[in-house]
Amino acid sequence: MKIEILGTGCPKCKQLIANTEAAVKELAITAEIAKVTDIDKITSYGVMMTPALVVDGTVVSTGKLLNTNEIKKIFTK
Amino acid sequence: MKIKKSLLIVLISLILWFVVYGFLPLLSKFITYDVLRLSAGTHLASAVEFFAYDSPKVLMLLALVVFGVGILRTFFTPQRTRQMLMGKKEFVGNILASLLGIVTPFCSCSAVPLFIGFVTAGVPLGVTLSFLISAPMVNEIALVLLFGLFGWKIALLYLGTGLTIAFIAGWVIGCLHMEKYVEEWVYKSMAGSVEEEKLTWPDRISAGWMAVRDIVGKVWLFVLMGIAVGAFIHGYAPENFLVSIMGKKAWWSVPVSVLIGIPLYSNAAGIIPVVQALLEKGAALGTVLAFMMSVIGLSLPETIILRKVLKPRLIAVFLGVVGSGIMLIGFLFNWIL
Repeated sequence: MKIEILGTGCPKCKQLIANTEAAVKELAITAEIAKVTDIDKITSYGVMMTPALVVDGTVVSTGKLLNTNEIKKIFTK
Repeated sequence: MKIKKSLLIVLISLILWFVVYGFLPLLSKFITYDVLRLSAGTHLASAVEFFAYDSPKVLMLLALVVFGVGILRTFFTPQRTRQMLMGKKEFVGNILASLLGIVTPFCSCSAVPLFIGFVTAGVPLGVTLSFLISAPMVNEIALVLLFGLFGWKIALLYLGTGLTIAFIAGWVIGCLHMEKYVEEWVYKSMAGSVEEEKLTWPDRISAGWMAVRDIVGKVWLFVLMGIAVGAFIHGYAPENFLVSIMGKKAWWSVPVSVLIGIPLYSNAAGIIPVVQALLEKGAALGTVLAFMMSVIGLSLPETIILRKVLKPRLIAVFLGVVGSGIMLIGFLFNWIL
């Protein structure tokens, strides 16, 4: 699984990265987590609200600081 | 079943809210005069009573509004707002953008992707700016706090003037044809679109709760600090203390208030208790309104963020037009009232 977190570096984006890492760890899945800070790339996903979470190229959440449980739910879907 | 359960929780919370809210005046008197045993009529008692009454009142109003707006906002995503604004003519587009700015969720750290998303999808520059001015300045939290503390006239005044500034500033910038002062790479970037998730009512209600947790959790300290400043001014500053420096006759206080307001960045919820105390001690309404709008509408951090997509000249025009708009409003109200 490839996970990308889109955000320009605001506190919410950093928190989302931490929550995502926690979710991956708790589920014990193998996933590659990447931070995307490049505005061009963020808008090319069609995202207008950061932070956003992208799983395998699909935007699953925008403008929300998801907690670890919510992220786990998305991953196990 | 799930719908019923979440609606029931909302209903019970609302009833509790109204009961507690109704008892606040009694409670603040009880704390001030019975628990702390302060004698009536002193500066300290007056400040303490103000604080003990205002802080739970403002925080409770805040929670109620944030909950309502949190639900409302699930209906207005930036995607939908963009859809509505695409291909609109300037004039009508500016009006619509200012209105949508009130209800569309917005955080200043998203200003840049939002700007790019709008502009590359064919929303005119001026219309996009109307939205970007209105979104932070006409703040639903400020609106309801003003309503709760000063009544509907001042709340309506704030709403009307904020919308007018957003509309006119965006429209003027549109007429100046400043598209060439947007950084070139913006127009080259690709804006995609995201499929929207379908929301059920329990989803929307839980979005409301999340907004309460998120926003109240973030701003309560600012609110309390604002009320503490307000309480101090209320208890200790003499009546009419501010007439000479912030009164109607001091015309220069309007531009000075706007200038002081730009680097000062406070949450809308934090500034309003200060506004309340300023008004009470003889500051003129226009001056106070200008100060408040400058603090919440023109912020240095947001300007720095926007610099990524706008060239210095457009930034200067942006600040100039919005700043003059706010000043005009200040003068106008000092002159009428």
